[in-house]
Amino acid sequence: MSTPADTMKSGPRGRSRGTRTVIAVLYAVAVPVVLIVAWLIWAGVSPQIFFPSPIAIAEAFVNTWLGPSLTNDVIPSLARLGVAIVLAITIGIAAGTVIGLTPWLRELLEPVLEFFRAIPPPVLIPVFTLLMGITTSMKLAVIVAGAFWPVLLNTIDGVRSTDSVMTETAQSFRLTRAERLRYLVLPSAAPRIMTGVRQTLSIALIMMVISEMFNTSSGLGYRIVYFQRNYLIAEMWSGIVLLGLVGVFLAAVFTFVERRVLRWYHGIKETERA
Amino acid sequence: MTTVATAPERRRRRLSGSTAALGILGLFTIGALLEVLPRIGVLNRRFFPPSSEILTTLIEQLGEGAFWTAVSDTLRGWAIGLTIAMVLGIAVGVIIGSVPFLRDVTSSTIEFLRPIPSVALIPLVVLLYGTKLQSALILIVYAAFWQVLVQVLYGVADVDPVVRDTARSYRFSRWTQLRQVVWPTALPYVMTGFRLAAAVALILQVTAELVIGVPGLGRNLGVAQSSGAVSLTYALVVAVGIIGIAINLFARALERRILNWHPSVRRDVAR
Repeated sequence: MSTPADTMKSGPRGRSRGTRTVIAVLYAVAVPVVLIVAWLIWAGVSPQIFFPSPIAIAEAFVNTWLGPSLTNDVIPSLARLGVAIVLAITIGIAAGTVIGLTPWLRELLEPVLEFFRAIPPPVLIPVFTLLMGITTSMKLAVIVAGAFWPVLLNTIDGVRSTDSVMTETAQSFRLTRAERLRYLVLPSAAPRIMTGVRQTLSIALIMMVISEMFNTSSGLGYRIVYFQRNYLIAEMWSGIVLLGLVGVFLAAVFTFVERRVLRWYHGIKETERA
Repeated sequence: MTTVATAPERRRRRLSGSTAALGILGLFTIGALLEVLPRIGVLNRRFFPPSSEILTTLIEQLGEGAFWTAVSDTLRGWAIGLTIAMVLGIAVGVIIGSVPFLRDVTSSTIEFLRPIPSVALIPLVVLLYGTKLQSALILIVYAAFWQVLVQVLYGVADVDPVVRDTARSYRFSRWTQLRQVVWPTALPYVMTGFRLAAAVALILQVTAELVIGVPGLGRNLGVAQSSGAVSLTYALVVAVGIIGIAINLFARALERRILNWHPSVRRDVAR
């Protein structure tokens, strides 16, 4: 099944691997380079107050984030984000497995969970501020509480839809509960769980930023709002860029982990398609 | 696309009677716990008002004009933002998706821009538009656009090569090819994109209200919290949650209706 798109991607057959890599790199960098150059020219021709030139933003980036702010704002924020993501995923998978494997519990809780999931996570920030005040544990708790729903619900669905023949086979072979969990239930739920993890990552990042914008005095989100309130436009933009980089980094880590965890799954998909 | 495959499954499950009964029991149990625990002092009543009190506050709110103004502000922002994101996402997706060169050139840019959190733009939109609706719209469109775009790209790439070649052999015009071949294939993906985007749009509308102060339920919620109106805070959270559920149900119903010809939905009905 060779479509025109395929030939386009792999290049005409005669070309060497090296040439193809060069072409791929060109494809990858062309548009970003054009966009940045266009922005540079635009900023040069008609300077805008709210859209400083990329050079000014780059300078502000180095001056702002590589100084004391790195240890005061950036690292604590990212550490909180990291811990919260690990907690959210762990809680989501653990609770999801228990609920998914217990039919009555699942049916009992489903509407409740659907309701909590439908609440936009940022709404939790005022509630948690009310309950816990503004503390580090509150900031952690609010990220976890907002972000663990996708993993939880996807784990429930994934665990529930374990192939019944395989479950019965595992029972016939007298696999212990732990073995069944380790070698059957969790692997077969893994593709769904990873779908949930992807959503959890982006919600966690959103929650981290907003919880810091909401009446605090340190952290990435706070810094960026502070720059905006003081009309430090280039610095504010450098913050936006930093948040963007964090988002891109998380996505890259996710893709890397997903490839490793789901290597078998992508393999099966490919054979099915061929 | 695991989410596509399981959505009908979930719906079917919901229809069975005993499941629904257990689910309602679950809701009542949680409600009862939240009523009793604050009253017997396990939960601090100052922070956790009994559920009846929250419900009373919510019902009081239902009688107030200001509440409904806030609801309609929230829903209007959601609807406008979602519409813009859908139109842009579909148009850009179909164009990029049908031209292989464009797809190759833009894929790195899309992969880079997509994970940038929309909330990072909050300070910028505050400078540009303050607490006007535009602030919320930009955040919504930025977040929802990528959801739609990526799904449309998947959908356009999913066109059966034989069907496409056949259409070409019969000299279908580009427009006819688009309408008869590409669009029907992409439609299920578009609807998945719509479902995801609808949820994301509500999140960002409420976020803009809460953080920036764009008029709507989120702003009322922020005010209620900072003025210490505890049960009103919870009542508004419940209201926002109900709107969230309504939007989910609406998106699923629309998906089902628009795709009623599609095998994934038809199989579901036959069973």
